[in-house]
Amino acid sequence: MTWQGLLGDALLLVVVTLAAVPVGRYMYNVFEGDRSLLDRVMGPLERGIFRLAGIDESQGMDWRSYAIAFLLSNLAMAVVVYLILMFQQDLPFNPARLGPVAPTTIFNTVASFVTNTNWQVYSPEQTLSNLSEFALQFLQFATPAAGLVVAIAFVRGFVAGRRDLGNYYRDLVRALTRIFLPIAFIAAIALIATGVPDTLSGSVIAHTITGATQTIARAPAAGFEAIKQLGTNGGGIFNVNSAHPFENPGPLSNLIEEFLMALLPTSLVFTFGHYIKNRRQAWIIFGVTMSLMVVLLLVIYSAEAAGNPLVHRLLGVAGPNWEGKDTRFGISGSSLFTTLTTAYTTGAVNTMHDSLTPLGGLVPLFEMMLNTVFGGKGAGLLNILMFFIISVFVTGLMVGRTPELFGKKIEVREVTAAAAAMLVHPFIILAATALALSTAAGRAGIFNPGFHGISEVVYAYASSAANNGSAFAGLGASSPFYAISTGIVILLGRYLSMLLLLYIAGSLLAKKTVPASTGTLRTDTWTFGWIYLGIVLIVGALTFFPVLALGPIAEQLAMLAGRVF
Amino acid sequence: MALAFWRNLRLAVTLFVILGLGYSLLLVGIGQEFFPYQAQGSLMVEKGQVVGSSLIGQEFSVPGLFHSRPSATVNAATGRPEPYNADNSSGSNLGPTSPALLKEIRTNMAFQRGQVTGPMPGNLVESSASGLDPEITLQAALAQVPAIARQTGIARGVLRNLVLNQAQGPFLGLYGPWRVNVLKLNLAVRQIEGR
Amino acid sequence: MVRGISYQGVFRRAFIDSFRKLDPRLQYRNPVMFVVEIGTLVTLIMSLDPRVFGGPADSGARGYDVLVTVILIVTLLFANFAEALAEGRGRAQAESLRRTKAETVAHRIDESGAKLGDVPASRLHKGDLVRVDAGELIPADGEIVRGVASIDESAITGESAPVIREAGGDFSSVTGGTRVLSDWIEMRVEQEPGKSFLDRMIALVEGAERQKSPNELALTVLLAALTLIFLLVIDTLPPMAGYLHASLSVATLIALLVCLIPTTIGALLSAIGIAGMDRVIRFNIIAKSGKAVEAAGDVDTLILDKTGTITLGNRMADAFQPMPGVAYEDMVHAALLASEHDETPEGKSIVVLAEREGQHVAAGELDGASPIVFSAETRRSGVLLASGREIAKGAVDVIRRAAEKSGSPIPPELDAVTEQIARSGGTPLGVVEDGKVLGVIHLKDIIKSGMQDRFAALRRMGIHTVMVTGDNPLTAATIAREAGVDDFIAEAKPEDKMRRIREEQADGRLVAMTGDGTNDAPALAQADVGLAMNSGTSAAKEAGNMVDLDSDPTKLIEVVSIGKQLLITRGAITTFSIANDVAKYFAIIPAMFVTAVPALQALNVMHLTSPQSAILSALIFNALIIPALIPLALRGVRYRPMGATEMLRRNILIYGLGGVVLPFVGIKLIDLALTALGLARI
Repeated sequence: MTWQGLLGDALLLVVVTLAAVPVGRYMYNVFEGDRSLLDRVMGPLERGIFRLAGIDESQGMDWRSYAIAFLLSNLAMAVVVYLILMFQQDLPFNPARLGPVAPTTIFNTVASFVTNTNWQVYSPEQTLSNLSEFALQFLQFATPAAGLVVAIAFVRGFVAGRRDLGNYYRDLVRALTRIFLPIAFIAAIALIATGVPDTLSGSVIAHTITGATQTIARAPAAGFEAIKQLGTNGGGIFNVNSAHPFENPGPLSNLIEEFLMALLPTSLVFTFGHYIKNRRQAWIIFGVTMSLMVVLLLVIYSAEAAGNPLVHRLLGVAGPNWEGKDTRFGISGSSLFTTLTTAYTTGAVNTMHDSLTPLGGLVPLFEMMLNTVFGGKGAGLLNILMFFIISVFVTGLMVGRTPELFGKKIEVREVTAAAAAMLVHPFIILAATALALSTAAGRAGIFNPGFHGISEVVYAYASSAANNGSAFAGLGASSPFYAISTGIVILLGRYLSMLLLLYIAGSLLAKKTVPASTGTLRTDTWTFGWIYLGIVLIVGALTFFPVLALGPIAEQLAMLAGRVF
Repeated sequence: MALAFWRNLRLAVTLFVILGLGYSLLLVGIGQEFFPYQAQGSLMVEKGQVVGSSLIGQEFSVPGLFHSRPSATVNAATGRPEPYNADNSSGSNLGPTSPALLKEIRTNMAFQRGQVTGPMPGNLVESSASGLDPEITLQAALAQVPAIARQTGIARGVLRNLVLNQAQGPFLGLYGPWRVNVLKLNLAVRQIEGR
Repeated sequence: MVRGISYQGVFRRAFIDSFRKLDPRLQYRNPVMFVVEIGTLVTLIMSLDPRVFGGPADSGARGYDVLVTVILIVTLLFANFAEALAEGRGRAQAESLRRTKAETVAHRIDESGAKLGDVPASRLHKGDLVRVDAGELIPADGEIVRGVASIDESAITGESAPVIREAGGDFSSVTGGTRVLSDWIEMRVEQEPGKSFLDRMIALVEGAERQKSPNELALTVLLAALTLIFLLVIDTLPPMAGYLHASLSVATLIALLVCLIPTTIGALLSAIGIAGMDRVIRFNIIAKSGKAVEAAGDVDTLILDKTGTITLGNRMADAFQPMPGVAYEDMVHAALLASEHDETPEGKSIVVLAEREGQHVAAGELDGASPIVFSAETRRSGVLLASGREIAKGAVDVIRRAAEKSGSPIPPELDAVTEQIARSGGTPLGVVEDGKVLGVIHLKDIIKSGMQDRFAALRRMGIHTVMVTGDNPLTAATIAREAGVDDFIAEAKPEDKMRRIREEQADGRLVAMTGDGTNDAPALAQADVGLAMNSGTSAAKEAGNMVDLDSDPTKLIEVVSIGKQLLITRGAITTFSIANDVAKYFAIIPAMFVTAVPALQALNVMHLTSPQSAILSALIFNALIIPALIPLALRGVRYRPMGATEMLRRNILIYGLGGVVLPFVGIKLIDLALTALGLARI
């Protein structure tokens, strides 16, 4: 670790924080304000969209209507993209004349992109036409927006005196036109300036100075890259994702991309503070979550900087772990990107996670298992609040009152739904991992043997369940077994918990807001903040300790002991 | 429900047109207009011919040129190793305790052995993430100077200065290591050689 | 309340019940312990025949399987014992109550009082009329319709001093099982047979009517969810281990499962609930449900009557203040005459004070005088002497109106004196003779001792207190300040109480109140926690969800504490239970993979002797912690009024951090003991 590396990482986090506060307020205004700066430009566009779709966006919805609208719109988007991918060979914008896509790949890809996961079982350069990429890019806009507005609807359940959760379509379209589209557009231009290509001309053939030829794949990458990061999508337009020099040409683009993926989930915490009229609460959620992330960043950075003793023995000299890292990002830039992409569940990678040291690889894996280190668009805040419900219930009992969260009593119904939501994540990860490890089809996909094989498999399902999309990419994820199983895990991971939380929101909405007294357990204190974090860590650690012990922990200990597999 | 779904379908198509097509085509236009070099892929042209992209690494295994990092890319059709295949980017994905990793590093060390003076920089024997890394660390470049000097006959001091001139420092002094773009460096070497 | 319970008997009975409760039909109501029971069954079968679950015929691990089975059975028994003990204590109380419920004979009568014949008390129905004479037991709960009697209620309340009950008014209700000491009463039965207070109380303490309260239910759900998670963790472990060519023994997997699922809280949960009810009853309060007790812990606002709750029931005359131009003696004498016929405590205190001031009723002075009786309309009382003189006392506004009506001038000093009395917390009582204002009597409220401390405690708990009084705002404000209540309603009419409750509830607050009168009934019913006084009317008792047998309104404060304590105990043991898992993992995971993954020995931070001893130590610790915590579960976590955050910090330190640390120590000690006993390698 170098002080420049630490300072650089710290500086980015400070910049993210400074931006998140005003953006958080802006997002609140987008959803609740009547008037804003972009009205004149976006007003007519929004009205046009609603007219073309024939949708009335003025009606407030209860949790059921909101959930149905969310599901139906997701289904409709999936259908549109499914059709485009299915017929890409016959459609325009296909400069490389790519052929049809395998059916299991289409299922996995659509499931993955419609859920903001962006798990990729295909190599984009070799598989998808420009039009297919545009279709995926549309989902990269629409699905984070959908996740975001579900979180907004959930938060509205806590707002005193509200009678409905808002209108899904109004929220969705406004999120797109006023948050995602303008920011992505500006970011895309900035990325082009740093060297990200944006062209429809397809690949170019270079004749190198050694007399060889090199076919250089190109793509309309800048626009894709911007929304990929901003929407915490993570699906690359090139196979190695943000490690590709065209997706991420240098340290500056790397910073822009890190900033983009961190921006909205962090801001959402502050938006939430505006909703419950308690900015202190937002700062406490931010503070404890950021602390956890910083600790995890230090773990991975130190592990990667310390390097691999097995390799050191070959080289005769110690050094950082360069395997799976590109030079321009350095160890600190690779570590920070890896920490952020799994914390914010983006899933973009500028480093090959499979080649991280075991302890380094534990960090992204653990972040996805927790799924509450800021998390992705909406889903992150939802999970944080789900754990808030659990924490406030256990600790609320300890101060001798029926627990309350933001003035709403937490009772059997909320606890049941929150406990069920809490179950979903470990359930699908562990069950799928066990299935894969005990079947021949599952074992066949494992690339690195031994403990690392367990890490590869559990990483795949943790990434799917957390709707992250990054991978220990050695795993043969394109086999039908993995394409189908990860696809199912992705869908369950996204929709089950979101529906359960919308249900909670509906139940909370109907409750009266209880005014706080000194007997009320205040959640906007550091005491509660740390306890919340402790409960998240203990539940996460207790659930995943055995698999972590058999995967990365055993591997790290073995590596230090000088063993290979 | 059917009607509601039909409306959602119309919404999806409308949004696809705006966010899939409109946004992309507008950006492609802006890119071509204001940043044509970057938008086209930062292509380097010598004597009217594209010799590569300054962002995409190449394999240099002939004597007299600086070596790039090991690349784990493969031929998409055959699956055989094809370093710096810019049409199919890929890392090695080898795990830290995999025997294959150690074998690969041993092979790479054998390849770089003659090229490097002093301790072997890990950067030169461990595969990059993209398989297309255009750069090596400054240290890895300097370690190659004596060998290149021997192979080309260019004075060590000249080569050393060349490397230092080409070297790029951390962005803002904080981000990224000191590093050298191998393609640009080798173009400069060739220029000195008068080729 | 608790009288002569044989604790030895309770223990013996609980011991036997622990085995009876192994019955799966009883056990399955507790999901956590049910999982343990199934696990026990599996290891038991394995101990008998290891091949059943695919193990080798003789793996040499049979002794280990047997030990695991024994520890698991002991774990179950400990859990059952905790519940049985709590139930046993309640049952012992019920026995002592039942003894008082000897079969009595009731003399039924008709409306006119004519005898209809005797029936057993158990045949009485609601609406029946009964006569009870001196020395007889009252056969059922009811309302006196005729007569007045002194009644010994010690069977219910434990209070030996007899109480007076009479027809009409707020002291007309009687409880079955109590005894008429003198005189007679005719009463109307108000309860169907088997539904009397005594019956309900017996059912409640026996746990027969125990329904899980909402918070308990929510906690059960959470515990079930945690159990499911750990079931999943354990179920998915063999396939993962299989990939590494490690085989895991079924007994070890079950041991890990039992260690991880929240058995500590699972075992103690129902005992905590039963013990909570038990504590309420020890305070001589009958709660109609556990829900009511829990709700008491949530109370935000406490509405208390001033009189009898905050101040001693009666105001006392403290001073006489004549108007200028009226001789002190004249005024005192007039007040004395006006109060001679007044049997209220206030009236009596005026007579006492006047006599102390040297005034006495002269012989024959009151001959032929007729009393003016207080009525809600006139709001004054006094006397009409034979001479035609009329002396009356009443609220100052009433006196002023009387003076105005008769055309007498109102002394300008009246307002100043009145205000001064009110400001000092007293109640001014005007004295008027034939329309002429003579002076003002200063009635003083005496605040019960210790009230200030109690209200301060309530404030620390975050409970807002509201005093309700008929006094004028000035008086009310002074008393409120002296007693330390947060707010008051002055010049309150019965409907004001109701309005205030509704307002508080509309703002989302939970309201508790006490009451005894019939006109309190609607408010008692409306309040979230209504504590009715046993001395009150049966309407009030029916409307409230708790009845205080001692008729001490300040006990609401204790009920609040008990409600909080109940929740705190549950939360604390849950936290402790979950926190324990950390150490257990460190004990068991390295032990499980000792051969397949030797690298994991680095996690054996406790340096436990052998894999077997590690697993057994964790399992034994898991079992022992249950009886170790039974006293805490029954007694409840100590509750001291303090701010929520402060209390949370304290409890999380003790039960959270303590819960993480303690098992590391405990497991290590047990491991040392096992090693010493030679059980570490079997």
